[in-house]
Formats: sequence, structure tokens, C-alpha cells
Amino acid sequence: MSWLLFAMLFWVVALWVNIRLANSSLSETRAVKLAVPVIFGVTVLVVWEGVVRGLEVPPVILPPPSAIAVKFATSLPILWEDFVQTFIKGTLTGYILGCGSAVAVAIAIDRSDFLQRGLLPVGNFIAALPIIGTAPIMVMWFGFDWQSKAAVVVAMVFFPMLVNTVQGLAASEAMQRDLMKTYSASYWQTLLKLRLPAAMPFIFNGLKISTTLALIGAIVAEFFGSPIRGMGFRISTEVGRLALDMVWAEIAVAAIAGSVFYGAVALIEKGVTFWHPSQRG
Amino acid sequence: MTSDAVIAARDLGLTFQTNDGPVHALKDVNLQIARGDFVSFIGPSGCGKTTFLRVVAGLEEPTAGQITVNGMSPDEARRARAYGYVFQAAGLFPWRTIAGNVKLPLEIMGFTRAEQEKRVKKVLQLVDLEGFERKFPWQLSGGMQQRASIARALAFDADILLMDEPFGALDEIVRDHLNEQLLKLWARTGKTIAFVTHSIPEAVYLSTKIVVMSPRPGRIHDVIESPLPRERPLDIRDTPEFLEVAHRVREGLRAGHAYEG
Repeated sequence: MSWLLFAMLFWVVALWVNIRLANSSLSETRAVKLAVPVIFGVTVLVVWEGVVRGLEVPPVILPPPSAIAVKFATSLPILWEDFVQTFIKGTLTGYILGCGSAVAVAIAIDRSDFLQRGLLPVGNFIAALPIIGTAPIMVMWFGFDWQSKAAVVVAMVFFPMLVNTVQGLAASEAMQRDLMKTYSASYWQTLLKLRLPAAMPFIFNGLKISTTLALIGAIVAEFFGSPIRGMGFRISTEVGRLALDMVWAEIAVAAIAGSVFYGAVALIEKGVTFWHPSQRG
Repeated sequence: MTSDAVIAARDLGLTFQTNDGPVHALKDVNLQIARGDFVSFIGPSGCGKTTFLRVVAGLEEPTAGQITVNGMSPDEARRARAYGYVFQAAGLFPWRTIAGNVKLPLEIMGFTRAEQEKRVKKVLQLVDLEGFERKFPWQLSGGMQQRASIARALAFDADILLMDEPFGALDEIVRDHLNEQLLKLWARTGKTIAFVTHSIPEAVYLSTKIVVMSPRPGRIHDVIESPLPRERPLDIRDTPEFLEVAHRVREGLRAGHAYEG
């Protein structure tokens, strides 16, 4: 009971502190701007811990965060091995291949009406395939290791990237294209100096959507066959052993990796499309 | 055709095929523009003044008659970098600085890096934008952006400047100022300028020759040789000569409209 009371008390105090901070004259300072979300996050963890202990929730249903943290800290080598297998090898490789080829195909599509009518529907078709169905097929084709996971990621990120890039390549204004024509600019000059830069906000939209898609794809694909490492493999086997604290530790790794991945792409976007109204601020 | 005609059009016509039938954007246009002229095209919307400029630039293909620019076809003239084109909006690339935007045509045309720097400096001085090289277009006012776009059109030093309502979106005070600057620039560089406008005072103030056009089909209604001297302070607009020319332009526009019906 004391755990529950402690959790509630902590919650009320933290809420009060945050309200005071947000309304204080310091609310615009960097420290307070950082403190408010941190206090919120800590509160969530404390309440979680208190409720789970207070109500004696079985660890199979929901382990307390402290147990997850202990598991995380004691399993670092395994988590790292899984991270390298699933994220560095599967996700990143697939992401780079998928996004890169989608941009290349988008440029080809944009140049030729024939390809536009032929390839866009094919891209749409591939995007409509359920990952549950394609993943085992990819495992058959490319083997149990990370290559098949990368292939699944390619299939997942290709279409959103393609559609965004095709749309972006149409984003330059007719007047700007006329301007390039008055300079007798070649196709490639117009592409590199006008149309690709103008497409960047769209391309980065696709890149950002693809970060989370890629990670999900790589994890889920491991459910259908994998060497004895990888985040998806670990999740599916540890669930079978009812070791839910390990599952949560893997989820934490996935959440951190996914957020950092997205944040990194968003940061690059800020640098590349600084000129766009949405970034100027 | 006289030999000093920079732009010469003979029986020029352009018909767009649309779903609602053919649209005669230009019909039987005959015009000669001499070297060093400042020619304004004025008329209501749909009279083909912008279309004519686009034909000169090779952005549209005429469907009848002939046109030469520097004695060449518009396409050849474009490839020979015979003209700079200033559009209605500045159309600067927001990811490039002002200097970067002015450099754009120079990069495409393959000028050396040193030459690029030299020319950017020179033309930015010409349009009074020194010190703004490293600014981005969206950090500048509309008038300054349009001046940068003029600098961009001047950068590769073409003999002809084609301007399509460059000051149409600007307020009158800024427009007066830019008109004055444009005249100075014209006097200093000796370029041939073709200038599309909606404004009678602007056309009369700037031009040595005013082409009054009328719509449906787009054609030339009147060509007025301006008796005003080349040296023109802003208050020339209150002189009787100025008002007389303006009157004639207004009459021409009204008569051109009377054809409708």
C-alpha cells in the first residue's frame, strides 16, 4: 500500500512542480524547457514502478521499470549483439539501399512517361504486400542472416520514398523551370541545380517516415527465421520463455534506436532544407 | 528589315489549341526593335504582350510568320545567350544566397570561378545590392528580391533584357524607385530592353517606343515613338509632353478595347 501512496504522492508533487515551472518567469530558459519533459518522464517511470509493486502485478504481465533496467544493464553484450545484427546490418543496409534505389527510380520515372505509367503501379503493388507474407519469402530467397531482413526493409521503405520523391521532383515552379530554359540549361543541370534541391523537403519526408518503417520491418522479419541473434529473434524467443523483462529491454533498445535514427535524419533535414518555410522559424 | 533591328517580327502569329477551340494569342504582329531601344508593351490581359516576350525568348513557338533575334531564330539566340529574362516574380532559389542566385546562370554557362565572383560583384553594385551577397532571398524585401533577379539577368551580359511585368507586384513607391534605377542602368549599359507592363505612367516614363496591344486576337494596335529625351528625372511625369504621350497611349488602349464585342 505504501508503494501506491508513494507513487500518487510523487505524481501530485511532480505535477505541481511542472505547473509552477511552466508558469514561472523562467519558463523560456533552456534549463526549464529541458526540466519539464524530464520530470514528466521520471514521473511516468515512478508511477509505473509504484503501481506494479503496490498492486503486485505479475512480472509476466508488466515488470517494474527497475527490473527492466537491471536486466538491461546485465545483458548489455547480448543487447549490443542484437542491436548490431538488427539495426546496423539489417535496418541501415535496407534503409540505404531502399531509399537510394527509390530516389534513382523516381528520377527515371520522372523523366519517362512510359516508366511513370508502368513502375508506379508496380511500386504500389509491392507496398500493398503484407510484410507477414513477404518476410518468409525473403528468408527463403536471401537466407536466415541479415540480408533477408535488409530485403524486407527495402520492400517496406521503397514505395513511400518513391512517391515522395516523384512528388518532390514536380515541386519546382513553372517559372523557375522557364528560367533554367532561358539559360539553355541541360536536363542534368536543371535536375541538380533546381529540381533536386526543390524536392528536398519531400525527400526528407519520405526519409523520416522510412526510419520507423525500416526498424519495424527488420524486427518483424526476424520472427520468420534468423540466426540466434537479433532484436526480433530475442523478443520472440524470450516471450516463449516468459522472460518479459528481456522483451522490455529489447523494446527499450528499439525505442531508443528508432528515436535517435529519426532525430538524426530530422537534424540533417534541418541543415539541408533550412530555406524551407517550415524550417526557418 | 533594317540591319540594326535587334528583334524583328514579320506577320507573327501564335494560336494555342485548347479544349474550347483555338485561341489567337498573337496575330499579324509586325515590329522592329532597334539596338538600344527601350520598348514597352502595354495592353489589357490577354493581348499577347507576355506571349510575344516568350516567343522572343524561344519559350513559345510561333505558329505563323517569322521572328529573328540578333538575326537568328529565337532558339539559336537563346543558345547564344543573347538575352536575360526577368519574370513577374523574382523567382530566386531560396536555398541559394543572393550571390549564389546571381551566380546561377554563370555556373550553367561555364564561367570560371574568378570570373563568376567578378561579375557577381559588378552586377550587384549595378542594382545597389552590395553587402547583401550572403543574405538569403527570404530575408529581403520584395523590391530587393526583384532587383536581385535583375542582377541575375544582367550577370552574363546579354545585349537584350526581356522584362515581363517585373515590378507588377510591388507598391508604387518602390516601383518609382526601381523605374528610376532601371533607366540609369539602361543608360549605363546601353542594352536593348523589352518591357511588359500594365501601367501607363510606367510605360511612358521608361520607353523610347511604346507598343499598344489589344486582345482577341492579340495584336499591335499602335506604336508610339516617344518624343521625351533619354535623360528623364522623375518629375518629367508632370510635363505636358509626358501627359500628351500618356493620353495617346490611353486613347489607343480604349480604341483597342472597342474592337471587342
